[in-house]
Amino acid sequence: MTVKLTIMDQMEQIAREHGKILAPLSDDLVLLDSGLDSLGFAVLVARLEDKLGIDPFTASEDALFPVTFGDFVKVYENGAH
Amino acid sequence: MAHTEAQSLRRYVGSAERFFWNRHAAVRIGDLASGTSLGGRLAQLAGKSVLIAAGSQLTTALALVELDGVARRLTILPPDSDPDHFAAIVAGADIDAVIADRSSAASAALDLPIRVVACAAEIMAAERPPVASRATEWVMLTSGTTGVPKMAVHTLAGLTAAFRTRPIEPGIVWGTFYDIRRYGGLQIFLRTMLGGVSLVLSSAGEPVGDHLDRLGRHGVTHLLGTPTHWRRALMSPAIHKISPRYVRLSGEIADQAILDSLRDAFPQAVVSHAYASTEAGVAFEVRDGFAGFPAEFVERSRDGVEMKVLQGSLCIRSPRAASRYLGAAAPLADRDGFVDTGDMVELRGDRYVFAGRRGGIINIGGLKVHPEEVEAVINRHPQVRMSLVRPKVSPITGSIVIADVVLKPAADGAVNELSRVKGDILKLCRDALPRHKVPAAISFVPTLDVAATGKLARRYG
Repeated sequence: MTVKLTIMDQMEQIAREHGKILAPLSDDLVLLDSGLDSLGFAVLVARLEDKLGIDPFTASEDALFPVTFGDFVKVYENGAH
Repeated sequence: MAHTEAQSLRRYVGSAERFFWNRHAAVRIGDLASGTSLGGRLAQLAGKSVLIAAGSQLTTALALVELDGVARRLTILPPDSDPDHFAAIVAGADIDAVIADRSSAASAALDLPIRVVACAAEIMAAERPPVASRATEWVMLTSGTTGVPKMAVHTLAGLTAAFRTRPIEPGIVWGTFYDIRRYGGLQIFLRTMLGGVSLVLSSAGEPVGDHLDRLGRHGVTHLLGTPTHWRRALMSPAIHKISPRYVRLSGEIADQAILDSLRDAFPQAVVSHAYASTEAGVAFEVRDGFAGFPAEFVERSRDGVEMKVLQGSLCIRSPRAASRYLGAAAPLADRDGFVDTGDMVELRGDRYVFAGRRGGIINIGGLKVHPEEVEAVINRHPQVRMSLVRPKVSPITGSIVIADVVLKPAADGAVNELSRVKGDILKLCRDALPRHKVPAAISFVPTLDVAATGKLARRYG
């Protein structure tokens, strides 16, 4: 599964678990409008570390604050290479 | 000592053109000088122990202004209170009246002699009934305990001690992401009142972008949030709508990354993190842009606040501390008057840094989780032998909950289906616990360390 599909898959699962409705995931979707809240993203980052073996947010020297879904995916794609 | 109205919060209402704003309403604070949000029932509440169980922070703010100096005791119900605890809170604080509003939790329809439905959106003109003025007890609920929260008793003098002598600074507009029914948020509400300025409150369920837009439109200059609130704000495309000159963090430990990010986002602003607890009050504020705090804070008393480190834990003696817990057997402070915060600190060079909570208590975006509570749920699963719940550092909420689980050998030599067991455990947790207490990840481990005390070995966060 590609990085992007893994992220989408996990976001859908977490939305289900948290009883949230996930917005359609397009690259320009603002993350805060995705339906996941802070706790949802915290869980997502932890699960992705399990699945992809990286936490680019904690690993980065600078704090990263992606705004859109596309930015978020890029952070992981860059981290994975 | 005789108490006069001059010592109550009401004296600060003033006549200046200033407001409490939320998503739906603008209330001119000066209207309270000759009006009420309590439907003419203020006299009935004189001398009573009143529970503020309003759903909205705006209703809460107005009720606090009107009732300080009037009620015998004001107990502030935090927004995420467990309805199962209401009866114990009512009994523990001898509550005989409740202030509710249209958005109160339905379960806050407590069986009490007096029930006032407040209306924050409209201040009704009303002559103020003559009521004897008294020193009101302010009761704040702690978030760090399992079961019924502890109730810490404060006075207005103690709650405002950190800023009472500050000169009034016109031109300031305060905003807070942090709920004013929590200690850190209440500080800002009171600072607004005493400072004679306006306050922009958050509203439940409001999207971050809309909130930022509102903060920007009201020209907020001073803004409070927990590190989690601030990380969320920095992920919003609307972040550029605000340009505060004072950025304050409290409620959770601020790490260097969030301090740096805020400095970059608001180069013109002072970025300050405050340390406070419901019991010990505000202990200090750090304005140098670095995480942790200078060791010299511990070495000498500052503004009457003394700190010491006892077995790694930060202890505070302060005129801003609560005086006692209501009804609790355990005293709030030790014999010398020091409150043990349970926040572990380590000296690194000339600075103390925070190293998590004693007892492994996990702080998730300001909400505290006792590992034992989550472990008890996991351990209900028939195939679980033992479990250890611990914090994992999260770039979003500071920490999240994760669990290490030891399974019993499967019966009749069959192999445990790990993914099924994991799913079952998570379901158990989701059914029994609020969302923030459910482990984000579960690992199966062959064994867990047990300390010499016979308890699970826990490390600090």
